[in-house]
Amino acid sequence: MFGREFYVDPSRCIGCRSCIAACAECDSHRGVSMIHVDYIDRPNSIATVPMVCMHCDEPTCAMVCPADAIKKGEDGVVRSALKPRCIACSNCVLACPFGIPKVQLDFELMMKCDMCYDRTSVGLKPMCATVCPSQALSYLPPETIAENRRGHPVNDFRFGNEDVRTMVSMIAPAEAAAIAVDVADYMWEDGNAGRQ
Amino acid sequence: MPAGSKPDKPLWTEEFSVYASEDKFVLRRQFTKFLVLTSFGMLAGNVWILIKSLVRRPRTAFPELAIGRASGIASGEVKLFNYPTANDPCILVRTPSGRLAAYSQKCTHLSCAVYYARAENRLECPCHEGYFSVEDGSVLQGPPPRALPKIELETRGEQLYAIRVVENRARI
Repeated sequence: MFGREFYVDPSRCIGCRSCIAACAECDSHRGVSMIHVDYIDRPNSIATVPMVCMHCDEPTCAMVCPADAIKKGEDGVVRSALKPRCIACSNCVLACPFGIPKVQLDFELMMKCDMCYDRTSVGLKPMCATVCPSQALSYLPPETIAENRRGHPVNDFRFGNEDVRTMVSMIAPAEAAAIAVDVADYMWEDGNAGRQ
Repeated sequence: MPAGSKPDKPLWTEEFSVYASEDKFVLRRQFTKFLVLTSFGMLAGNVWILIKSLVRRPRTAFPELAIGRASGIASGEVKLFNYPTANDPCILVRTPSGRLAAYSQKCTHLSCAVYYARAENRLECPCHEGYFSVEDGSVLQGPPPRALPKIELETRGEQLYAIRVVENRARI
């Protein structure tokens, strides 16, 4: 939209949580933030990564929804669950490979990042990208990203045999073609498995 | 992604597509909106018809049309003609009592052509079985809301003329 794309650059995140505060300011979901700032490896590092919805080409959250409540719009944005349909079953929460959807038990509704489509559809940046001081979250034309970033944007993720293509790109090291994620590496319950 | 790009997709992906543009499921709200807008449309149409019927002036000037010789129509016989314009079919009947009567042939219900049923001595519309009296054009049975418009006749010598269409006030 308007020649701009959304980029997440984990290496730039300073963990300031401005994005969380900005997200919760939005009038359409005031007080509820739809962005997560996650620690990657809390015992060993303070590194954080902001997680917005990646808006998959084939959204798993919507595929598993038994109530047909999650829709991908024509702008490519995967929306929050439709309020009259959502039954708060949490299927999407379990299914999303990026851990984006969260069920708000108070309203029995799944709410997730919708790339501020009310803003992006009129040429504004999403709230989080507007406030991010290090531009770990940025909504820019691809040319600007190519000029100013050392890494390159990747929107192809491999979860085992599952290939997930997304609308939002993640800035990866220059040599990476696709980001492969071994989910077992990130399981805290598994002790130090995969972490040498 | 367009529908049908993978032919082996399960049926639910088609019926309850995750892509909003392919969604066929109608929400209660959408349905209610449709009902409300449709009834507003109906209201607007009815108001328009009402205004049109209030503004309309009844036709006052009629041409004269020679139909034929009055003696040429025997009792129980029928002659069709067009009056006042070529697009207004009319029917002329000589009743068994010997009187000549002419009516518009358009049924007042849905404008099907009425015909003369000699055995029952009445004008019948075959579309919805609307029957009219041949004596005064009034409705005998069926859905027609008004009596058939009457064509006023005048005999000059042997020649029969249609001179006017009169709105038929005959009771149903």
